[in-house]
Amino acid sequence: MLIYTLRRLAYLVPTLLGITIVTFVIISLAPGNPADVVRGTATVSPEVYDEMLRLYGLDKPVLVRYGIWLQRLVTFDFGSSFVDHRPVLAKVGERLPATLILNGASLFLTLLFAIPFGLYSAVRQHSKFDKIGGTVLYMLYSLPEFWVALLLIMLFGVKLDLLPFIGIESLNAGELGFWARLWDRLLHMVLPTVCLTYGALAFLSRFVRGSTLEVIHQDYIRTARAKGLDDSRVVYKHIFKNTLIPVVTLLGILLPTLISGSIILEYIFSWPGIGQLFFNSVMSRDYPTVMGLSFITSLLVLLSTLVADLLYTWVDPRVSYERKN
Amino acid sequence: MNGKTDRNPAAAVGVDESAGFVGIAWRRLRRDRYAMTGLYLIVALFVVAYLAPVLANSRPIAMRFEDRLYFPAVAELFPFKYVLRYPELRTLDFAEIRGDESISQLRAPVPYSPYESSLDEKLAPPSRSHWMGTDTLGRDVCSRVIHGAAIPLKVGLVAVAIALAIGLTLGSLAGYYGGVTDILISRLIEVVMCFPVLFLVLAVIAFLPPSIFNVMVVIGITRWTGIARYTRAEFIRIKNEDFAHAARALGASDRKIIFRHILPNSLAPVLVSAMFGVAGAILVEAALSFLGLGVQPPTPSWGGILSDAREFLDVAWWLALFPGLGIFITVTAYNVLGEGLRDASDPHHALPESR
Repeated sequence: MLIYTLRRLAYLVPTLLGITIVTFVIISLAPGNPADVVRGTATVSPEVYDEMLRLYGLDKPVLVRYGIWLQRLVTFDFGSSFVDHRPVLAKVGERLPATLILNGASLFLTLLFAIPFGLYSAVRQHSKFDKIGGTVLYMLYSLPEFWVALLLIMLFGVKLDLLPFIGIESLNAGELGFWARLWDRLLHMVLPTVCLTYGALAFLSRFVRGSTLEVIHQDYIRTARAKGLDDSRVVYKHIFKNTLIPVVTLLGILLPTLISGSIILEYIFSWPGIGQLFFNSVMSRDYPTVMGLSFITSLLVLLSTLVADLLYTWVDPRVSYERKN
Repeated sequence: MNGKTDRNPAAAVGVDESAGFVGIAWRRLRRDRYAMTGLYLIVALFVVAYLAPVLANSRPIAMRFEDRLYFPAVAELFPFKYVLRYPELRTLDFAEIRGDESISQLRAPVPYSPYESSLDEKLAPPSRSHWMGTDTLGRDVCSRVIHGAAIPLKVGLVAVAIALAIGLTLGSLAGYYGGVTDILISRLIEVVMCFPVLFLVLAVIAFLPPSIFNVMVVIGITRWTGIARYTRAEFIRIKNEDFAHAARALGASDRKIIFRHILPNSLAPVLVSAMFGVAGAILVEAALSFLGLGVQPPTPSWGGILSDAREFLDVAWWLALFPGLGIFITVTAYNVLGEGLRDASDPHHALPESR
């Protein structure tokens, strides 16, 4: 297991390198360079312009620039933002908690509801619950989250005036006591979390249902029933545990989906997370921030895939982690 | 006798040809009520998108003007509009004669053009004259929704065609040749998959001038990984089948084995993932237009109307409801059809039901 883990970690290196190359290529291909952006519309003398190019290292050939960037990347030095000249890492760092809270809550709710739901509809296959639930989930899966966000804001935010829908807390949050402030934040989380969750929930429920159906038809389930085990024991001890195995691998897929979703939802809800930061940086052509953020998110995704893989070999003894040949 | 029958030994000896893979899959698909609904919906959407100038137009479908018969809306259906442009009607204000009883005319079902704004009817709720209300500039939302249908359909097809070209090429190279080629391509797939979809698309699109063409290309070149993975897996499976070995033993070239023997047999799962790809591409396009990076105003687009809706959430629910429904229906139709295709092309899927 230790050797397998180490080998998996070693596999990360070429992928990581690939990620840095893709990120760098995208930014290098972009027309218009940062000096133009910083300069804005003001007229700048050629000398000053050259000076700016030198300042951002843009006078050097592409490969050299990549080398320099990579060197600094190893120490997590992403340079400083073109917009406010603060270190990218600090900017990302202060935005990360908001996104993690949102995605964490969403992931938790997804697992909490999707597993029992998928399990139940598989065990009661062809029942009314299965059919109606399946159709509803199917439709949820095709609903664009920004549309749902707009409709929910209109209904619960504007019309009924029940829930806040701008930012992470109210403007007067500083004056509130601890509990009132916590409550305020919870309320602000409701709508974004719902919008971020329902798609993943639908996806995972259908997946759990499918994998449960596969397990149900296995011989060992028939054996368990044949030896007279009651339904709940069969479902819990035999079906449920085996269903969880493929779910683990899905966690690696869910995370990029959630992060992607949070870009547009953070934009709609003015949620101060990395999705919003990314969108703003892209709009203002803030190269270092875009590069840093792309790198950090893909690193997060890569690590979550790694964790999912390791969990997989851990929960399923049938998966061999020794090399086959 | 044509060359085709010569090559088919079954036909040569007069044996009834079996339905074949495509025939069987099609028959199975036709029994799938959901999938067929999806297919009909997609066809209907294409028809609506194509007939948009006749369905929603301030120009009448047919009209009698100075004792001559004109078809102003129908003329817009044809790409070579200059043939039927009716220079003698140029001075006519079609919006003005909309309710004119003295001119005998057959109006389009939605008698408004997508660009025609009337400033005293801004943000009017749905009514009998404006079925889906009007937007901030007094333009008819229904007309804009109808004319906006073409873009997602086009984006879906073109983006997926690009993704298919990249995915099929890389996937078959990796699967067929294995070794270093496979390692390199598999790493590349893994790398691209590490970037959340919108991150990659946004990063590229933001540096390009906003245009629908760029959106299609960027979605295509960022969303081929699923197709490549399926193709690779199918190639690895099929290249070890007996018929592939037989072809090689007979001295067929790599190119012939790939294109004649393996590729046709690996298309089913690839097609399924392409269907889901179309749905995904449509969602991404809508999101980009919503963010203002896709279709540019005043061109009507569903995502664009939604982005208007965001500014007027407290007053104009109709701006949010109808274009969103359009996106939802289109995406669902493709997803349902993809799902049906998967069930129809995968013999394993039929098993649990026949028990």
